[in-house]
Amino acid sequence: MMERVLFGDNQFFAVNHISDEKSRAQSIKFKEDSAIMKTLDDARSVGINTFMCTTHDRIVNICEIIRNNPEKYKDFTIYPCMPYAHKYANAVTELGITGTIKQYVPGNFFGSLFKGGVAFLSKDYLSIMELLVDAEMKMFKNINTPVIFLQNVITDLLLGLRADEVLIAFYHYVKKKYNAEAGFITMNMPKLLDVLENGGIENPIICSSINKAGFRMSGGNEVYEEVLKTRKLRAIAMQVLAGGAIHPKDAIEYVCKLPNIESILFGASSKGNIESTYNYIHQFDNEIKA
Amino acid sequence: MGISHLSILGANPDVEVVGVCDTSKMVNDFLSRYGKFNCFTEYKKMLDETNPDAVFVAVPTKFHYSIIKDLLNRRLHIFAEKPFCLTSVQGEELVALAASQGVINQVGYHNKFIGTFKEVKRIVNSGALGTIHHFVGESYGPVVTKPQQATWRSDPAEGGGCLLDYASHVIDLINDTLAPVSSVKGSVLDSIYSVNVEDAVYSLLELSNKVKGVLSVNWSDETYRKMSTTITIAGTKGKIISDASELKVYLKDSGSLPGYVSGWNVKNITDLTEPVNFNLRGEEYTGQVDYFINAVAGKVPNTINTFQSAWFTDKAIELIKSNSK
Repeated sequence: MMERVLFGDNQFFAVNHISDEKSRAQSIKFKEDSAIMKTLDDARSVGINTFMCTTHDRIVNICEIIRNNPEKYKDFTIYPCMPYAHKYANAVTELGITGTIKQYVPGNFFGSLFKGGVAFLSKDYLSIMELLVDAEMKMFKNINTPVIFLQNVITDLLLGLRADEVLIAFYHYVKKKYNAEAGFITMNMPKLLDVLENGGIENPIICSSINKAGFRMSGGNEVYEEVLKTRKLRAIAMQVLAGGAIHPKDAIEYVCKLPNIESILFGASSKGNIESTYNYIHQFDNEIKA
Repeated sequence: MGISHLSILGANPDVEVVGVCDTSKMVNDFLSRYGKFNCFTEYKKMLDETNPDAVFVAVPTKFHYSIIKDLLNRRLHIFAEKPFCLTSVQGEELVALAASQGVINQVGYHNKFIGTFKEVKRIVNSGALGTIHHFVGESYGPVVTKPQQATWRSDPAEGGGCLLDYASHVIDLINDTLAPVSSVKGSVLDSIYSVNVEDAVYSLLELSNKVKGVLSVNWSDETYRKMSTTITIAGTKGKIISDASELKVYLKDSGSLPGYVSGWNVKNITDLTEPVNFNLRGEEYTGQVDYFINAVAGKVPNTINTFQSAWFTDKAIELIKSNSK
């Protein structure tokens, strides 16, 4: 079971979907690792113990701090989301796809592959995927990571390319190697669920934008609502505030009243905002129970 | 961009992808194995065997002219990546050929499909800003932040450099929103880390409607997480500052623009985004592909990002280059 509320990392890495100015302010605020740790501690103090974060270079230090304080963070859990896409996107611009894979896949794996005109086999691609997952997971050594996510850039790219097998292989690999459940972040939740179910994955963890405004919900709210009502999945709602377009109270009420949403993911910079969003979620959850 | 266009096309139920051409064996083997795409390494062979209605061209810019000309002679609808051509002479020929062949033609300047920039154009056209007297077009990002190894992007003859890459987006947005660049008053092309190409472009531009403004673009700015484009437009009755996420509009008078009040107005991309059926890293990428497919199907006019409009951008790039010498 995932926690009802998950804490996100966008604010730490200057990701702000509604304002470039705010992202710069955040970039300045979270310049020091200690500022990130303080905000994580704020989130813990209100009762949020799961941090869902991208495999950004700065998470290396955050993991180090967590490892060095085992008692303090004994109940703390991280859900890694990989890859940090901009790292690869910038590399692809510079080195091309093959060059990027050569740079990031560790070891001498490619030496044999690029010799001669031998066809690439399915196991070759899956080995590349596995090596990339391992490289991204290195920073989380000895940290509790029960769910490991594939970022939407990759999930959705593979979805459009119909490389369903790679998505399924990711699921099985993280289970086998890390004893973790795979999660998928996507902007196309209904389509992804079809693909995962066809691949034999029951009740998958899917994190997608779910908000009253219909923002980043491909096909619109109604399609998503229908899936949540009638299908089997462990949904995580992200971008519930639609980047601030909806009043937080209305935004959270909408998401809390939808069926089948196991967790709500949000990020915030101040303790006040963390508390108020957390409290809204519990308020509406309790109303629905009553 | 090619792989991302392919993914968007692969998810579009109205499109059948009949062939894919790439020079990389690794990419082709992947696409044919998993996506069951019919892959080729020679594009002429692909065209002969698959007989498509339309073609997406996402190859290094130096190949655009010859490939697009070939496609036009075969009377195929074309979506080409930006920039359009390496010289305005080549582009002029292709614009004329596309017109005489009567094919749908589009270039991948995706900013035109971002809600905030679309709204900027609408406001400018409404006249609510009064007489426009100045603009600033800016774009910054972290593409080249250390000395580079050589790739086609570092070779000016192949379409590399910040002017053709980053700056073309901003110039295109200015051309389309205000008026095409007609002369260049001064330009600096600056190399910061690159040896053969510029990493920054600073230029003073005049448009065909005599409005003057500033272009400031730098792809070696690591204080940005990704490419960030901002356009500022000042008029006698108001001012706009917009990037891809946030639109700020200042109006002197109330009532000049429905939905806006006097003083500052702020709108976010969430208010200005139309939903798409498949989303890969942003609605604008699907938006431009869907628009092209709909134009081919005769459902929308072929008026956004035409070869002609992309040619104006090529022309401006040429003017900036010659002015900087």
